[in-house]
Amino acid sequence: MNRRRWLTGALATAAASFLAACGEGSWRLSEQARRMGEGLTRRAQRLLVPREALAPTYSRVEISPDFRANGSIDPAASDYLALKADGFAGYRLVVDGLVERPLSLSLEDLRTRPAQSQITKHDCVEGWTSIGEWTGVRLETLLDEAGLKPEARYIVFHCFDTLDQREDGERYYESIDLIDARHPQTILAWAMNGETLPVPHGAPLRLRVERQLGYKHAKYIRRIEAVESFAHIGRGKGGYWEDRGYEWYAGI
Amino acid sequence: MTETVDPPPGTLAPAANARGDRPLSQGRTDVWRHPATVRITHWLNVIAVVVLLMSGLNILAAHPHLYWGIRSTFADPWLSTPTVPDWLLIPQGRNLAEARNWHFLFAWIFVVNGLVYLAFGLFSGRFGKRIWPTGRDLRGFWPSLKEHARFHFPTDDHARAYNVIQKLTYAAMVLVVLPLMLVTGLSMSPGFNAVGGILLEIMGGRQSARTLHFIAAGLIVGFIVIHVGLVIWTGFFNNMRAMITGWFVIQPPGSTAGPKLRRRRDEGDEA
Repeated sequence: MNRRRWLTGALATAAASFLAACGEGSWRLSEQARRMGEGLTRRAQRLLVPREALAPTYSRVEISPDFRANGSIDPAASDYLALKADGFAGYRLVVDGLVERPLSLSLEDLRTRPAQSQITKHDCVEGWTSIGEWTGVRLETLLDEAGLKPEARYIVFHCFDTLDQREDGERYYESIDLIDARHPQTILAWAMNGETLPVPHGAPLRLRVERQLGYKHAKYIRRIEAVESFAHIGRGKGGYWEDRGYEWYAGI
Repeated sequence: MTETVDPPPGTLAPAANARGDRPLSQGRTDVWRHPATVRITHWLNVIAVVVLLMSGLNILAAHPHLYWGIRSTFADPWLSTPTVPDWLLIPQGRNLAEARNWHFLFAWIFVVNGLVYLAFGLFSGRFGKRIWPTGRDLRGFWPSLKEHARFHFPTDDHARAYNVIQKLTYAAMVLVVLPLMLVTGLSMSPGFNAVGGILLEIMGGRQSARTLHFIAAGLIVGFIVIHVGLVIWTGFFNNMRAMITGWFVIQPPGSTAGPKLRRRRDEGDEA
């Protein structure tokens, strides 16, 4: 009886560690696959797609009546709730890191800067597409205002939301390179479909980086940081979903 | 009975043939069928397509609804696909991030390998000789279809060349379905859309591209089922040997695979 129990236990342990090893191995293999595939795709697209090439735009009648809100749709962080309570009157967007002149801008400050509107498609990594109109200020405008230091290579977006809705959860973040940061369609949007940006879509401010998948379009932005490397941020892969196995270059 | 001196139409002329026939016992002949480039690209393609189909199913599972047009109409999908068992997925179990990693790496392998195959086939002239159907082939379409419907396939000298249905199917796969897979896949890429907007418009939008990608994948699965089925039916070992070593065994005149429902009316030539 005892021996049988020991045998069962041993077999179960062996099976469990075998499966764990397989899981670990498959994870590491897919990590390798990602490194190779993503590297090829990023280089090929950067080579073939001109820096300024525009994402397709659509007409007003093509706007989705059912634009899906995905990921965080109602952040629960206390600092966010406090700002939301008074209509984001106390909101300040911080632009800092490797810049000459750090900025701290209210929503009013952002709205008084030159605004741009675009009707574009939003391609979720899951496969669906919604079309919406976004209005906001070009990211490049703010970066030039702050004055990027020459060593700045990436722009990191720090957000209010945690996907697990816990106060101490890992906050969402994203990063893009300067090619996308300076792209003419890359804006910080404060309006959607002609109305104040709603909470499910990232109020008060979200990123639109139109040549990449949805998860790059950080919502609920609180701080923009210019960095030389994002290795020290989060788990070091350049974004919340990147830290969980998704590609940093989300152009495909 | 024919003394097959001239190879049947559609066969490579001896000069273009890399190697001549090797006579075997009992009237059989070993003929050179697949050069190394074809064999290597075939098997690499098998690996790439299997990984792409299985990881593609995993990606589809992240949003198993298909639409036509430029955007998703969530309340009214054209098609919602059923849940697929885990063993059909790469990785085994739903995982969008890892599935994408595999899908895009093997998409590169598929594309580069496919380009090598196409370049070889077109520049060597093999594609025109072995796969592109001649007018004579096309006129024999209905008789060939009837033979197929009877699961009746020659294994004698007539098996040197592909029959017209084989030719049309291979040509459609190589020139239409597989390239469609690439074009519809690329059209789902927001990065590529910035230069390939025209393609996106031709397809009718990103959700149409995604649906066409799925339909083309279905056609590939259909092809695989029939192709593998016929490989088994018409002589599994001989066919596998041909795609591995390049050499294919031709049986003595009059031999067929499948039920001998009737004697060939004209044993000398294609009907």
